[in-house]
Amino acid sequence: MTVFLRNRIASSAIPLLFVVLGVFCLARLAGDPVDLYLPLSATEEQRAEFSAAHGFDQSIPAQLWDYLGQVVRLDFGESLRTGQSAGEMVLTAFPATLQLAAVTMVIAVLAAILVGSVAAYRPNSAVDRFSSLLAMTAASIPDFWFAIVGVLIFGVSLEWLPTSGVIGGPEIWVLPIATLLIRPFGVLVQVVRGSMVAALSAPYVKVARSKGASERRVVFGHALRNATTPVLTVAGDLTIGLVNGAVVVETIFGWPGIGKLMIDSILQRDFAVLQAAVLLTAVTIFALNIVVDVAHALIDARVRQPVQA
Amino acid sequence: MTTTADPATGSAPPEGAAAPPGARPPRWWRLLGRDWAAAVAATVLGAVLLVALLGPLLIGDRAVRQNLDASLRPPSLDHGFFGLLGTDVLGRSVLARLVEGAGTTLSVAVPAVLCSLVVGSALGMWAGFHGGIRESLAMRLADAILSFPSLLIAVVVLYVFAPSVGNLVAILAVARIPVYLRTARAESTELRSRLFVDAARTFGTASWPIIYRHILPIALPTLLTVATLDFCFVMLTESSLSFLGIGIQPPEVSWGLMVAQGRQYLQTAWWIAVLPGVAIMLVTVSATVLAAWVRLATDPAQRWRLTLPRKRRGTRPVTPEVTA
Repeated sequence: MTVFLRNRIASSAIPLLFVVLGVFCLARLAGDPVDLYLPLSATEEQRAEFSAAHGFDQSIPAQLWDYLGQVVRLDFGESLRTGQSAGEMVLTAFPATLQLAAVTMVIAVLAAILVGSVAAYRPNSAVDRFSSLLAMTAASIPDFWFAIVGVLIFGVSLEWLPTSGVIGGPEIWVLPIATLLIRPFGVLVQVVRGSMVAALSAPYVKVARSKGASERRVVFGHALRNATTPVLTVAGDLTIGLVNGAVVVETIFGWPGIGKLMIDSILQRDFAVLQAAVLLTAVTIFALNIVVDVAHALIDARVRQPVQA
Repeated sequence: MTTTADPATGSAPPEGAAAPPGARPPRWWRLLGRDWAAAVAATVLGAVLLVALLGPLLIGDRAVRQNLDASLRPPSLDHGFFGLLGTDVLGRSVLARLVEGAGTTLSVAVPAVLCSLVVGSALGMWAGFHGGIRESLAMRLADAILSFPSLLIAVVVLYVFAPSVGNLVAILAVARIPVYLRTARAESTELRSRLFVDAARTFGTASWPIIYRHILPIALPTLLTVATLDFCFVMLTESSLSFLGIGIQPPEVSWGLMVAQGRQYLQTAWWIAVLPGVAIMLVTVSATVLAAWVRLATDPAQRWRLTLPRKRRGTRPVTPEVTA
């Protein structure tokens, strides 16, 4: 297990390094990095001063070394808008996004397992065809559109739910989570259905039935456990994709998370904050990939075995 | 070499095919006609393509022409054909803007999907065919790109470089390469040990001709299915980026941008924001439905299902053991 974990960390670190270096290269490739940090109205003296203070006049390898040091210390400079430390701003915004994502994924996985299993139990029945159509539609609705139509119907017309903001009871969670939920739910239902149909026609299910196991035990004990592997992989990928949705949802509902921070810093040209937000998200996803792999290994013994070269 | 298995025409059905030997499989449009959902989806996509190509000739400058007297008119037939879907706050026809937006949206999504399809498939088949270090290199590259949200890459790139159609296509193409790379690699690793590949190799055929003549025809249906499905994803990402203000920039028109522009008039003029969203959904749902159909129709072992009436199709689940 230790060897497995070490290998996984090593191979997951490559994408992380790729993003860290990618941000560095992009910032240098596009011309003078000072252009990215300072507003367009900055004078020549301000630019020269900023350049010297942040080491942009040094050689590229020296800059890269400084940059890596900053990344390790989570020191990304100050925000142009607020003067706060960029790293701090991102860390404050982070829990809001994390809560939203965690709640969404838990609901999505549980609901998808339920709906997908029911659909797979009788393939091509009316229930199956209805839930497949529902899942396909859910996976193809543009989330930003779903959000504003939701606001129009439940916020403005019916006045059941608040249109935005984070002050209030549990009702503030409903629309943001529903918006984030649709795509992962739609995709997962299709995956669960597919792997459950395969699992339910496997020989071990026949054996379990002939030994007199109850239907519930056959479906949830035998079939579901074996169908979990692809579901887990896709759920991991979808959690990564949830960052895309979080940017949209947080912008629409004014949720003070990392996605809103990213868009605000793009629209107001605040490179220090954007860089901090992107890199911290990258680290989180790196950690998430490892968690998914470990969960994988715990469920499926075949994954644990070290690969023979 | 006329007997090379070619799933597109099915001249030699591979193992597992239900059709009697020698019988020609039904033409694809006949299969399409039997499945009404797929037929509707194909019609919708065809209509959108036609509108995107020919529409601009019919609408002239109506998508950008302002007429403040006609501001925020609700959908009705009173103001001619272009008033059918109402007008926005500057009095521009929503119908004309939808047509214009269809062109922009497709001009981003289609090149992006084609680029990633070609590059990703070529790289994947090459990696799978050779194996070894070339395979691990390609797979690490795919992992690296795929393990980060496309929007994250897009926001940095669009911050550093200005948002434009060209940059959008480039980002979306790069972000989706891994999907094709993985699929193509999986297919070609399996195919490289087949007898006909061995035979070609024995005759001294170089690796690229083998990939082109023997691996590509078999991998292509799967890759096309992935591409159809991926078209949805690319379209949704483009409209999200445009909605957030870092994609297509005004005065150009895109469906995502139209939703963003209509958002502040949502309470008074719902049609400005709601209709472009319906258009996006119509196209993406159609592409998903069509992808499901293409997956069946291009698989010689599954195609017979489409010749049955819909009710009887797949009542007995296919067990993976039967074909193995």
